[in-house]
Amino acid sequence: MTDDKDVLRDVWFGRIPTCFTLYQDEITEREADPYYLLLPRISYLTLVTDKVKKHFQKVMRQEDVSEIWFEYEGSPLKWHYPIGLLFDLHASNTALPWNITVHFKNFPEKDLLHCHSKDVIEAHFMACIKEADALKHKSQVINEMQKKDHKQLWMGLQNDKFEQFWAINRKLMEYIPEDSGFRYIPFRIYQATTERPFIQKLFRPVAPGGQLHTLGDLLKEVCPTAITPEDCEKTIQVMIHGIEPMLETPIQWLSEHMSYPDNFLHISIIPRPTD
Amino acid sequence: MAEVQEQEQRQLLPSPPLSPQDGGQGEGGEDAPETGSSEGGAEPPPPTAGSPGTEEPAGDAKKKIDVLLKAVGDTPIMKTKKWTVERTRTIQGLIDFIKKFLKLTASEQLFIYVNQSFAPSPDQEVGTLYECFGSDGKLVLHYCKSQAWG
Repeated sequence: MTDDKDVLRDVWFGRIPTCFTLYQDEITEREADPYYLLLPRISYLTLVTDKVKKHFQKVMRQEDVSEIWFEYEGSPLKWHYPIGLLFDLHASNTALPWNITVHFKNFPEKDLLHCHSKDVIEAHFMACIKEADALKHKSQVINEMQKKDHKQLWMGLQNDKFEQFWAINRKLMEYIPEDSGFRYIPFRIYQATTERPFIQKLFRPVAPGGQLHTLGDLLKEVCPTAITPEDCEKTIQVMIHGIEPMLETPIQWLSEHMSYPDNFLHISIIPRPTD
Repeated sequence: MAEVQEQEQRQLLPSPPLSPQDGGQGEGGEDAPETGSSEGGAEPPPPTAGSPGTEEPAGDAKKKIDVLLKAVGDTPIMKTKKWTVERTRTIQGLIDFIKKFLKLTASEQLFIYVNQSFAPSPDQEVGTLYECFGSDGKLVLHYCKSQAWG
């Protein structure tokens, strides 16, 4: 049996082979070859695509280049969602590589936030961690950390340094043993079939009677449509990091081991392929 | 260019985005163009106020939530602090509203914080934040012209 800690590495080093193609209507001086990249699931599109941007800008005139944005099959991809979540939500069960279209024009103001620098990503990332700790520990752990610890979390993510990140992040995963878990579980549930934003509510890892709440319990309470009745054929999938965890898995365990670096469990509810 | 986009966004806002509470405080009529309604400042009758026996739909069912807006540092205060807001309104929608209310220019920044600790993403809905961070039936948000917390 493998150590639970191995799961942290598996999550951290998850990669998605991706093919970036320039949108057909972008004006170029010569044809642009597609660009291939292994995208880290836990990172953000605008954090890891400097090379993609450079590659396509080479064939474009300066004046035709403005803020870069990405699209998959007509859906603009939100850079402030982790890459793994975007893939699970939009592209699960499709053939690899993941085909992403690159745009430099007509920024979809309605759908995407602007990202003019890495500072914007850092601010968003840290805000998520703080929100998560407000749920887990009433902000006590994050507030007791020093500025340099916050920086270390960000640098760990930015530079893909597992040890550097987890040296600090493990403190955010601690709890008083008598409590059997966090105060509330930071989670967000996304549904591929609706335009509505994610579901996020207060949910405790332990029932009043002391038994551990499971992923199934969470879904039953906040997203009952995701639960298939026993005698019915499953029509949906519940995905985290590209896998379908068993619904019997304790939600506290998932929170400690399968959260993204922003300390949230990002859960995708998608239609099951019909073949 | 940025300014033009900013203005376009503002016009896209449905009005009135928010309605003030505590009638008496809604004085500065000109400060709050959204409230200058045909009722001449009179409070619109709340839908459930008709009969005292009518109960408000509980929790989730309520379409609107109460939000308390507090200024931080030297950011101007709003005379009306308590507002009723649609659950589906986003943080960006609130930011746009406060900027307009305080007559800030498009280029001025405004940050909104929950729990005096984190700045929710502009596309986050206030209803969700209320579910997780509301207390005593309202969501307290701090706003600031500069970054106040982290």
